[in-house]
Amino acid sequence: MSAPALNATMPARLSYPRDRPSAFARLTQNRMASFGLLLLSLIVVVVVAAPILPLAPPHVANVAQRLRPPLTPGHFLGTDQVGRDILSRLIWGTRLSLAVGVFAALIASLIGSAIGLLAAFRGGWIDTLLMRGIDMLMAFPYLLLALAIVAALGPGLVNAMIAITIVNVPFFARGVRGAALSIVRTDFMAAARLSGLSDARIVFWELLPNVMPGIVIGLSTTIGWMILETAGLSFLGLGAQPPQADLGGMLGEGRNLLQVAPHVATIPGLVILLLAIGINLIGDGLRDVLDPKLKSGGLARTHARTDAVSLEERSKGLPLPGAAARLPLAIRGLRTHFRIGRAIYAAVDGVDMAIAPGESVGIVGESGSGKTVTALSILGLVATPPGRIVGGEILHYGEELASATLSRLQEIRGRRIAYVFQDPQSTLNPLIRIGEQIAESIRRHQGKSAAEAMRLAVALLESVHIPDPEHKANAYPHELSGGQRQRVGIAIALANDPELIIADEPTTALDVTTQAQVLKLLNELRRERGAALLFISHDFGVIAAVCDRVHVMYGGRVVESGPVAEVLERPRHPYTQRLLACVPELGRRGRQVTPIPGLPPSTDALPPGCAFAPRCHRAAPRCSIGEITLDAVESDHYARCIRVNDA
Amino acid sequence: MTDIILRADAVVREFPRGRRLFGPRSPALRAVDGVSLAINRGQTIGIVGESGCGKSTLARMMVGLLEPSAGRLEIDGQSIPALARHDRRSLHRRVQMVFQDPLGSLNPRKTVREILAAPLRALHGMDRTACNKRVAELMDLVSLRADFADRYPHEFSGGQSQRIGIARALAAQAEVIVLDEPVSALDVSVQAQVLILLAELQTRLGLTYIFISHDLAVVETIAHEVAVMNHGQIVEQAPAERIFADPQHEYTRLLLASALRAAPRSSG
Ligand SMILES: Nc1ncnc2c1ncn2[C@@H]1O[C@H](COP(=O)(O)OP(=O)(O)O)[C@@H](O)[C@H]1O
Ligand code: SF4
Ligand SMILES: [Mg+2]
Repeated sequence: MSAPALNATMPARLSYPRDRPSAFARLTQNRMASFGLLLLSLIVVVVVAAPILPLAPPHVANVAQRLRPPLTPGHFLGTDQVGRDILSRLIWGTRLSLAVGVFAALIASLIGSAIGLLAAFRGGWIDTLLMRGIDMLMAFPYLLLALAIVAALGPGLVNAMIAITIVNVPFFARGVRGAALSIVRTDFMAAARLSGLSDARIVFWELLPNVMPGIVIGLSTTIGWMILETAGLSFLGLGAQPPQADLGGMLGEGRNLLQVAPHVATIPGLVILLLAIGINLIGDGLRDVLDPKLKSGGLARTHARTDAVSLEERSKGLPLPGAAARLPLAIRGLRTHFRIGRAIYAAVDGVDMAIAPGESVGIVGESGSGKTVTALSILGLVATPPGRIVGGEILHYGEELASATLSRLQEIRGRRIAYVFQDPQSTLNPLIRIGEQIAESIRRHQGKSAAEAMRLAVALLESVHIPDPEHKANAYPHELSGGQRQRVGIAIALANDPELIIADEPTTALDVTTQAQVLKLLNELRRERGAALLFISHDFGVIAAVCDRVHVMYGGRVVESGPVAEVLERPRHPYTQRLLACVPELGRRGRQVTPIPGLPPSTDALPPGCAFAPRCHRAAPRCSIGEITLDAVESDHYARCIRVNDA
Repeated sequence: MTDIILRADAVVREFPRGRRLFGPRSPALRAVDGVSLAINRGQTIGIVGESGCGKSTLARMMVGLLEPSAGRLEIDGQSIPALARHDRRSLHRRVQMVFQDPLGSLNPRKTVREILAAPLRALHGMDRTACNKRVAELMDLVSLRADFADRYPHEFSGGQSQRIGIARALAAQAEVIVLDEPVSALDVSVQAQVLILLAELQTRLGLTYIFISHDLAVVETIAHEVAVMNHGQIVEQAPAERIFADPQHEYTRLLLASALRAAPRSSG
């Protein structure tokens, strides 16, 4: 197989729409953000147009006209204590406040980002020095620091702006350094160096674009505050000096007249409020657009269990369970789909699988073939939305689990069917000692006393070969090695003597020597305790080491199943054959691996007929027509291919 | 007749360990502890070992991303750390790297064209038209459609991303490529595609590979010579056809015993 021949069969992933809506378009789809945008645009248009609007001069006093109420002819919003037109002062004041706030925020973000980028990129003593300085600034209470700076520089709008800028620099420096640090350590930064780029280019071309969204979010959420802070200083008489006034200054002037002429203070107050609301709404919207992980509403809530359509509908067309009703697990025609936008991903689409007591059954396949979704469907652990069980039955000794009540499921989870995941970190609570975590599961399900449960927990740790178990029971998860953590994960799974253990890639993250030990342990324990095992892996070697029977999955379906030795040594389905030919074999250096051309299909657009047909070397026209069933090729060996018996 | 392109002589790299505020400074961690290697031009040397044994630290020193604490490291007779300090561009025209995480080694905010053009401009001073022409050639070399050049990394699968990483290394026209677990994150069918591609490129362009992996079978497939690393040291080195057939060191035997085979064949 020559490499250029791969060319034609390597389509780009179609699942990514090429014409994503722009950030601005997405921002305007957010109703609150659009409202903020409208509000702010209105204010900005008015203040920018101030010089050409037919406004009374803002600083000319006319004591005869003092303290006129709003709607006085010639003075739409009335006049203040020396007879100046409030509307005019308001517009000019807003202009000033807005300019000062925006300018201060820009300068603060510029200086802060520069400090943060430099600290993160250079590291070492430069980082230490810069961050110590920032820490010192942050040690002072915020407004107190601003006041101290203005006190030192003397009152005045420019000095107030400097003070507000300085107190906001640490905020940006910290945030940008944090964001940049995680990027500085990525491989693409190393690759940029290897590409011969200069340090300046790396910082501005590689690093900055990746922290920019963070800076923009920071900016949009601080401008509002900075306007308020400048207003605060002016209010105290430390900012804008009379006769000039910004919104804070107007508020300060109106303060003494609250009883006689409340409008003098309330009108600028109201405008400050509107500005702050407008800016913050836009800020929230921007954050949602630029950083989906931080969505203000949190991630969409998922249900406590996977939704399923009614059993009646799901079991339509299925034969009676018969002997399957006496097994620890019988999956019949399982279909679990994800609905994302308008696309439906048939992640699992008609999977059958039966596990006898004490039997070890494997699922093997490439990533995305539906192994994990099959395993998670069993106890309703697939996230809904977007996941949903739309077909088939899951029988546990005849009890249909997809329609069991939540409390019944919780009873079964961990007690009768237990999971071991690839990343034990995700199942272990980092704050609780491992002995207690095991004991807690025993107490919950078996109602044993605390002391008895702890005794059992230590015994379990011993049975998974944790050295010095009594002592190690007091350890926290992070104090253990990866292999030991995975053993603890197995110990928790075993805690209540389940009838079935579901292990999803339990050794994929481990070193080969540790993997060998963990697999040996799993095998031993299974024999001793007679638990059945559903074992998932992408690695044929691992499957061969632990399983009695294996299912090969492709595009959400089982394409071949049978005894492990049969399937691995005499694979009948072309996919299994080709997949095995991709695996380099130790001790057979002469043998070249033979890749499968192309990529696995996306499950939202499976081809009709055989899903493997576009990549299959034996494909015939009839392979792409109609449903192809999983048929016996020998007793207990099945393949989903119409050409298995063709010469 | 041997033609040694890269040589390591008693290379050591230490990392300071976390220091307590009070109390004695703990001794430094020796990630690489006296490694000596001689790598022949046009060959592949495989380095196997488990996580934390110092493979990646050694790799990063070879491309000048990290400085050795002691020992000599030379490419074509010139000191790599010295080149890294004084003439980075000339170093990176000779030695390049392909990383483990295919997606993580591509800047998410750059198109493939920008990613591939960076070394062409910075290392070879090409202008825009020359760059565009070369980008198309590089895409072809790693079997990617030329019209993918204006897409962003997230639009590619793991195997395609890794091809882009390889194309970037080729763009520098380096003769030596250090590959740090280049296929570990890929599915077997894609892994096979990438392994075949690497072998073809080597034959076509006469490249020298330093191929780092924890997977003995993969290393055995692609390497001429294999070095086994444990605790920062090379415990055994031998030609690929011999090392796993006749392991001498106890640790090599342990690795071999732990490796699992898909089909336990009697003839295997
Ligand atoms: N939470 C989810 N939301 C949307 N799609 C999902 C989700 N989980 C899995 N999928 C999709 O289901 C398919 C099968 O995934 P999975 O069972 O994890 O495969 P495997 O375990 O074989 O690697 C994939 O196409 C994947 O994208
Ligand atoms: S049904 Fe046809 S396309 Fe599918 S695996 Fe069999 S021969 Fe290949
Ligand atoms: Mg999975």
